[in-house]
Amino acid sequence: MNLNRKVSVFRKEHFNAAHRLFRADWDDARNEKVFGKCALPHYHGHNYELEVKVTGVPDPETGYVIDLKILGDIIKEEVHSRFDHRNLNLDTEEFKNLNPTAENIVMVIYDLLRPRIDAAMDLQIRLYETPRNFVEFPV
Amino acid sequence: MVYLTRVEHFNAAHKLYNPAWDEARNEEVFGKCANQNWHGHNYELYVTVKGDPDPDTGFVFDVKRLSTLIREQVVEKLDHRNLNMDVDFMQGKMCSTENLAIAIWNELQPALPASVQLHCIKLYETPRIYVEYFGES
Repeated sequence: MNLNRKVSVFRKEHFNAAHRLFRADWDDARNEKVFGKCALPHYHGHNYELEVKVTGVPDPETGYVIDLKILGDIIKEEVHSRFDHRNLNLDTEEFKNLNPTAENIVMVIYDLLRPRIDAAMDLQIRLYETPRNFVEFPV
Repeated sequence: MVYLTRVEHFNAAHKLYNPAWDEARNEEVFGKCANQNWHGHNYELYVTVKGDPDPDTGFVFDVKRLSTLIREQVVEKLDHRNLNMDVDFMQGKMCSTENLAIAIWNELQPALPASVQLHCIKLYETPRIYVEYFGES
């Protein structure tokens, strides 16, 4: 069998967090018009589900693209420890001045994980904000 | 007797924090759930009613009406809210999934017509954690 082929491997993790969507430089009326209930001042929250996809040629000695236990540990260190049971707006450095939309969260998570994973491997993140709303980066 | 279930959902912030305790004890008992700036969940709400199908309609209850009732009585008050701060029927209560399920029962039950009985409130806080409440026995 030709072993020199690319395979994608996936690790799922999850975290629960509060947030709200608003811009401090807009007034309440404009925030409500654009972000609706998501702008409510006392926050709301989600069970975020994260799917991390790593693509590359499996190591010829181990047969692994990446050890999924190690990938799970990296996600816990970089993502879970920062965001789980936190208020994204108030408790995190990453979203102090960045609206915590699913789009922005997925790019932040990509940037946190990318340096931790072998540069020869492709990385793609899918983030579910709800079972029906999810985003992917990079496209 | 047939059991009919309607599923609705809402997203909300909360924290588990007993104001009668100091911060250390709250953290000891509730861990990360006591984070003062809240966290949140996608709640999935399963409302089950029971009754005999009406001979004319074949329905235990019009499920569209059930959906409207659930939304008007509870979901509109909970969705995108802070359970501790914004919800009138959770004031003064610990916002655990257990207490929320009981409170949802108490809000819905009086709104249902006599022809149908509320059987169960099943409430998922996460895909892996849920509670069920069947009313006072």
